[in-house]
Amino acid sequence: MKKILAKAYLWLVLVILYAPIVFIAVFSFTEAKSMGNWTGFSMNLYKNLFTGSMQNSAGLLSAVENTLLIALVASLVATLLGTVAAIGIFNMKGRKKQTMQFLLLFVFLHISQGYLTVILAHITFCTPYVVLNVLPKLSQMNPNVYEAALDLGATPFQALRKVLVPALRPGMISGFILSFTMSLDDFAVTFFTRGTIGLDTLSTFIYTDARKGGLTPELKPLMTIIFLVILAVLLVINVRSTKTSKVQ
Amino acid sequence: MNKRSSWALPYFIFLVLFVVMPLLLIVLYSLQDASGHFTFSNITKFFTDKDALSTFALSIEVALENTALCILIGYPAAYILADKSLNKSAVTVVLFILPMWVNALMRTLATAELFNMAGITLGKGTLLFGMCYDYLPFMIYPIYNQLAKMDKSYAEAAQDLGAKPHEVFWKVTMPLSMPGVISGIMMVFMPTVSTFAISEFLTNNKIKLFGTIIQENINNSMWNYGAALALFMLIIIGITTFFQGKGDDETVGGAI
Repeated sequence: MKKILAKAYLWLVLVILYAPIVFIAVFSFTEAKSMGNWTGFSMNLYKNLFTGSMQNSAGLLSAVENTLLIALVASLVATLLGTVAAIGIFNMKGRKKQTMQFLLLFVFLHISQGYLTVILAHITFCTPYVVLNVLPKLSQMNPNVYEAALDLGATPFQALRKVLVPALRPGMISGFILSFTMSLDDFAVTFFTRGTIGLDTLSTFIYTDARKGGLTPELKPLMTIIFLVILAVLLVINVRSTKTSKVQ
Repeated sequence: MNKRSSWALPYFIFLVLFVVMPLLLIVLYSLQDASGHFTFSNITKFFTDKDALSTFALSIEVALENTALCILIGYPAAYILADKSLNKSAVTVVLFILPMWVNALMRTLATAELFNMAGITLGKGTLLFGMCYDYLPFMIYPIYNQLAKMDKSYAEAAQDLGAKPHEVFWKVTMPLSMPGVISGIMMVFMPTVSTFAISEFLTNNKIKLFGTIIQENINNSMWNYGAALALFMLIIIGITTFFQGKGDDETVGGAI
């Protein structure tokens, strides 16, 4: 009974969480411009999206490219910077450590043109996620292993690559994924740091579009496709990881 | 060994350049008039600006309500997800984070449209629902993490010592999960105070939050007043992080 109630609760929350996404997906198969308006089944929005026969298709395409590029660069740099910083912070003591962690908190509030400023700003708010994910892995690790590697003749770089990085990898990966997600989804930071050169990510594209009045209808199929791709990737990863755990 | 603390140096320099400097600039801007002279007028303007003051109060109210709502809905969900006897698959956890990969603004627009279709007028209720919906994953994930890595033997020990199930929950599980709740609060409260686009879409511009006012000022080149407003928001958030940081240590210490 308890189990059924628990399951029902989870599903209820999930249904509410997914309602708008399903809504977008359903209305991507009709031609009407506004979202709640069903004018019969049609694949035309998908066709327009792929053939580029829609208004501002170049703008949308470059927005998608920018979003991915910025998210990738920012989360890669953040992972690198954050991991090295986490190792440093972990080895600090007392007051210095506290100051550093206090600074980390303040990054969340940072309000500050072009690619460089957007990427820098994204690195700024992504790095704490990496640091916070790598730190727990460091405290789980036996500190002597690194020293042992050095004693056995490894250069510091070898010890880093062969001992530290493998031990920290799970934290680095979850930090990277979190950074990537936050960067993809960010609107406010991009909006303020992109300047006036007309750099658009998906978020700012959608914002300008919605404020102008009508949302470009082709965004609905685009979002549906993005969602399905991610769902597929998730399922593949899951199937593979259950397979490998069975083998082990 | 101690030498490795210098590894934090690159990030420290980065933080000074891109976090401390902008913060100082905000303070500096808020204490200047448009021509760069020192003045307190931006600060005093805020305290006499009825619109800004009421929006400030409303923003904090909405952020508090949204955070409370997220805990109320998110905690049970995280608890069920972390309980091995109730949920075995890791996929269910990821399902809660997955919506974040569809652009937040797009989801918000769709939510607003759903409300329109259901004939619900956009206002504070829809704003709260929509924000809670946007930020719920940020609450569920840290609580789930904390509960999942928790040592189950504490709860079992309490049970063996004769605690009733609700006592086990309130006296053992709940206090041990506090660090997760606190980071959840931080990840929900901070962005909700400063959000602007979401509130515009969910209320059809009927309700303005503080973030919107700051953005309007900055967009209209009123940098100095905008900076002063941002400074007040910073102070509020700074105070909450201070309390949360304190609470964190206490709960961890108290639990052990």
